[in-house]
Amino acid sequence: MMLSLLKSLLRSAAILLLVSFATFCLMFGNGTGIARAILGYQATETDVQRKVVDLGLDRPLLVQFGDWLVNAVTGNLGESFFTGQTVTSALSTRVPVTLTLVILTLIFTLILSVLLGVAAAVYGGWLDKVLQFVSVLGAAVPPFIIAIALVFMFAISIRAFPATGYVSPDRSFSGWILSVTLPVVALLIGSVASAASQFRGAVLDALSKDFVRTLRARGLKESHVIFRHVLRNAGGPGLTVLSLQTLGLLGGAIFVEQVMALPGMGQMANQSAQQGDVPMVMGTVVVTIIIVLVVNFLGDLANSVLNPKARTR
Amino acid sequence: MTIPILQVENLVVTYTGRGGLSKKVIDNVSLELNAGETLSLVGESGSGKTTIGRAILGLAPVTEGSIKFRGDTISNISRSQRRKVARGIQVVFQDPYSSLNPSMTVEDILVEPMAAAGATGGRQRVRELLDSVGLPGDSGSRYPKEFSGGQRQRIAIARALALDPSVIICDEPTSALDVTTQARVLTLFKELQEKTGVAYLFISHDLGVVNSISNRIAVLYQGSVVEIGEANQVARAPRHDYTRSLQMAAPVADPKKQRERRAARLQFLAAENAAESPRGASAQL
Amino acid sequence: MSAEASMIETEAEVPAAGRSVLRRLLTNPQGITCIAFLLLVILFGVLSPLLAPYQPNQADLNAVNAQPFSEGHLFGADRAGRDILSQLMWGTNGTLQGSLLVLAIAVLLGVTTGLLSGFYRGKFEAVAGFITDLIMSLPSIVLLIALFALTGPNVMVAMAVFGVLVAPTYYRLVRSVVLSVRTELYIDAAKVVGLSDQRIIGRHVLWAVRAPVVIQSSFVAAAGIAIQAGVEFLGLGDPEQPSWGGILQNANSNIYNNRFGVLWPALLISLTILALVLLGNVLRDVLQSSAHNKTLKRSRRRALLNEAQSARTTSSPARSEEAFLSIRGLKVGYPDGPDHVRTVVHGVDLDVRRGEIHGLVGESGSGKSQMAFSTLGILPKEALILGGSIYLEGEDLLADDKALKNARGRRIGYIPQEPMSNLDPSFTIGAQLVYGLRAVKKISDKQAKAQLIALLTRVGIRNPENVMRLYPHEISGGMAQRVLICGAVAGDPDLIVADEPTTALDVTVQAEVLELLRELSTERGLAMILVTHNLGVVADLCDTVSVMKNGRIVERNDVESLFSDPKQDYTKVLLESSRSVELMEA
Repeated sequence: MMLSLLKSLLRSAAILLLVSFATFCLMFGNGTGIARAILGYQATETDVQRKVVDLGLDRPLLVQFGDWLVNAVTGNLGESFFTGQTVTSALSTRVPVTLTLVILTLIFTLILSVLLGVAAAVYGGWLDKVLQFVSVLGAAVPPFIIAIALVFMFAISIRAFPATGYVSPDRSFSGWILSVTLPVVALLIGSVASAASQFRGAVLDALSKDFVRTLRARGLKESHVIFRHVLRNAGGPGLTVLSLQTLGLLGGAIFVEQVMALPGMGQMANQSAQQGDVPMVMGTVVVTIIIVLVVNFLGDLANSVLNPKARTR
Repeated sequence: MTIPILQVENLVVTYTGRGGLSKKVIDNVSLELNAGETLSLVGESGSGKTTIGRAILGLAPVTEGSIKFRGDTISNISRSQRRKVARGIQVVFQDPYSSLNPSMTVEDILVEPMAAAGATGGRQRVRELLDSVGLPGDSGSRYPKEFSGGQRQRIAIARALALDPSVIICDEPTSALDVTTQARVLTLFKELQEKTGVAYLFISHDLGVVNSISNRIAVLYQGSVVEIGEANQVARAPRHDYTRSLQMAAPVADPKKQRERRAARLQFLAAENAAESPRGASAQL
Repeated sequence: MSAEASMIETEAEVPAAGRSVLRRLLTNPQGITCIAFLLLVILFGVLSPLLAPYQPNQADLNAVNAQPFSEGHLFGADRAGRDILSQLMWGTNGTLQGSLLVLAIAVLLGVTTGLLSGFYRGKFEAVAGFITDLIMSLPSIVLLIALFALTGPNVMVAMAVFGVLVAPTYYRLVRSVVLSVRTELYIDAAKVVGLSDQRIIGRHVLWAVRAPVVIQSSFVAAAGIAIQAGVEFLGLGDPEQPSWGGILQNANSNIYNNRFGVLWPALLISLTILALVLLGNVLRDVLQSSAHNKTLKRSRRRALLNEAQSARTTSSPARSEEAFLSIRGLKVGYPDGPDHVRTVVHGVDLDVRRGEIHGLVGESGSGKSQMAFSTLGILPKEALILGGSIYLEGEDLLADDKALKNARGRRIGYIPQEPMSNLDPSFTIGAQLVYGLRAVKKISDKQAKAQLIALLTRVGIRNPENVMRLYPHEISGGMAQRVLICGAVAGDPDLIVADEPTTALDVTVQAEVLELLRELSTERGLAMILVTHNLGVVADLCDTVSVMKNGRIVERNDVESLFSDPKQDYTKVLLESSRSVELMEA
């Protein structure tokens, strides 16, 4: 088990390195382009060339990447071309906002999709039909449209929640709750919709197993059969669903941040990209991938605890 | 005596499992199949009986040794060379559900081997084949799922016959069937042999089934042949202890005789345990 | 021959051929609605030069923030006075081209690599698998944003990249389909007749891959439209070109001045995506499942069950007083359409005395397993007990759900056919045995363990303490069957229902298990219903036999008489077939 976890750790590190390198090459490959974007289109050719040398963009890419990597390992991801702010400090205020949204949504997704998935699989009937319909609808409508609809209904028409902005929890807890409610709900709808229907499938699959029949025949209470045996066996596939969900949520968060003007990572990435602020974009890409890899690793870890076959392997 | 149509010489098959550990599934097996005869391979799960069949068909790797058909080596040959052998060696698998492509009509299934071999015959041949396995002539336009298990197995047999092979490998062809269907399919096998003179390598776990169809029987245990001989001798008066334990473990459909057999088995096991035979211990799981 | 030939089922469903798929798609209300809507959207785009009331980006200063349904502006106008309807029409082509580009790239990359990986495996599969994992752990939208820093506003490049990013979904789908097809025996059969790899792929593999790819494409097209609108919504599109996402972004930033501006683009984007997703679901139904709907209407189901229950309370048929278990008129059916039920057990009677081992013998489809499952109340969810009673010492288990639950494990034990799949893979042998025992006996964990260790030793397991700590995949099939037998007798039942308990075992292990069952029955005075297709097993173990055919018992007798003097033709045929492959000693 330790060996397989070590392997998955090494694999994650390799992926991180590879993707960083590929992104770096793409982003920093065109030095003059970057300099021109910073200086604007009226700048002279010599100004641009000077800027390229200033920023060290004239060096071979591999050298630039090596530099970036050495710094990155010590926690220095460079600084913004425009504001001079270090990327790390910009991220340190942005990452918590996005992570708050994603983690809160994940927690609620877990709770709701397990409840709904089990209920729909076990009781079937109208509950199942409603869930299936709602999950198609919820998963089909993109998160930014859900977010706009929520703002439209609860912030503009009813004025129950703030339409935009983020309040830090250490400033006002109730304000924080109010400010994250709409964005979390916007993310949650799509996320629960797909997770619950996939979890329903996993539960149905586990319910159809032969051993469930044997356990019933042995006199076990139905609640024990479902909550101890079926749930445990549906857990593995369920976890995979959740860890895939994280990737989708990170993407969704970017849109929701845009609609509700939340100062998160996605907004930072978007603004920086439109300005051509390459180090900031690079920083957000790396951090996002680290988050995804950490979640995948936690998923592997949990799976190896849940699945005895993976453990003894 | 003429040379055997199929010769397996010192066959070894090794599979590499997880972690690079290799496992010898077949250990130095030699067999000869004569034209027109039925030789059976009998053994329990893990005995390697199916692997030998697959090795002959080119579906399992031959690690050592050789397989010869009409004197020519056919182990480890290319797919295009295999196509030439295909006319001579065909197969009927155990599972009549997985062995027929559900999306093809019976006619397409039967034409496939002929097309692969570049042979002609077409519709007329399909009718002949269906007729020879006792299916109605208009079955060609139907799909496999319209047929019962026994009928599907007949289609599989017809496919095996399509190229007029001289050897058919029968891999547990009746163990997925009901007992009455099994009896009918076994009879069909015998009829076809009389008519066409095809030789069968018949693979089964059931000594009784094997006895009813074979000329000779080879008993496999953990990848090796422990006993080989004339069918009646092996099935009714086995010389090897393992064959005896197989024979005595098979229940008879007659309460009185079964009581005797049971008593004999217990006696045999007691004697074997007294002799502290390692075989007796390993048979317990 | 004729016996089997006559068994051809005429009503069986033929796999959907091309034309009938289209017909079923078009006659499905959901399918035709989705297709009609999507066609409308395509026309909307293609005909925009002819139909659009205004040119792209044509501003009408008198119409700034015009409300919907105002003169000349059906959907209203934006803050620059551009007609929203016209803008949406002009933006449609870009959306359609974008999603086609995504589809083309993803299918081309994903399907070919998936086919090669699945069919040839080896190094190619390892490399492709790693790249797939890598791509699938990339947050696509973040990458598309990063891409903007490089290329500037170029939606088509972004969509091409997105096509690469979603290609792994095709790769995984196709690879898994190919892997499962590869193990089908018909592929082996094709290899044996010497078919080349290209022909095997073309003939057998591609056919299996086709339907899943078509279904997946509908979902990927939907994702493509969503991501394209999203990218444009973030402001990464070309501001000169009208686009769905761009119009939405404009309207959203202007939401306080013109509330309903967001409505039209939001609706158009959502409905188009929804139509594609629903179309995918319809395609899945049409391509992958048979058209024959086998669920019974709820009202009909309830009526049938009530009927059976009221018949039970009004008439109580004569039952054998000495029998421990007495089944009367048991009728079991399965749904076969919204109003139809196919009966598989037609009113069967069966009596089992204390300590009697009763063989229930028959071929597949005879209904013998249905009888066994009914006795324990463990029939599949969709099955219906259409009538009859099962008396356990005079108490009708079918009339009283509580009595049935109390009987399970305590008075009736169950031994299944397939040892491996009947143990929960996630729990140790010890844990699942202890849960089972403590569900029926009020004892402590420690007592349960002690009892089970003794019982495991009894069923022939050496070193039971050790085995209790193992997981099911760590023990052999024979051992697993002994564990299941231990689980069945642990609650001290008086009756064991054994469903083909030795069919999955090797013949030498079968003999040992039969021996064990006989010993347990004698020691504990256990009665047994032994369901089997093997007459040898019946001869070995049973006191009495019932022969079943097509859901009815055709003959019943004590074991000696039935084997020496069968009365019914069917029994004779069974015995004859069985004896034709019998092993007689020399």
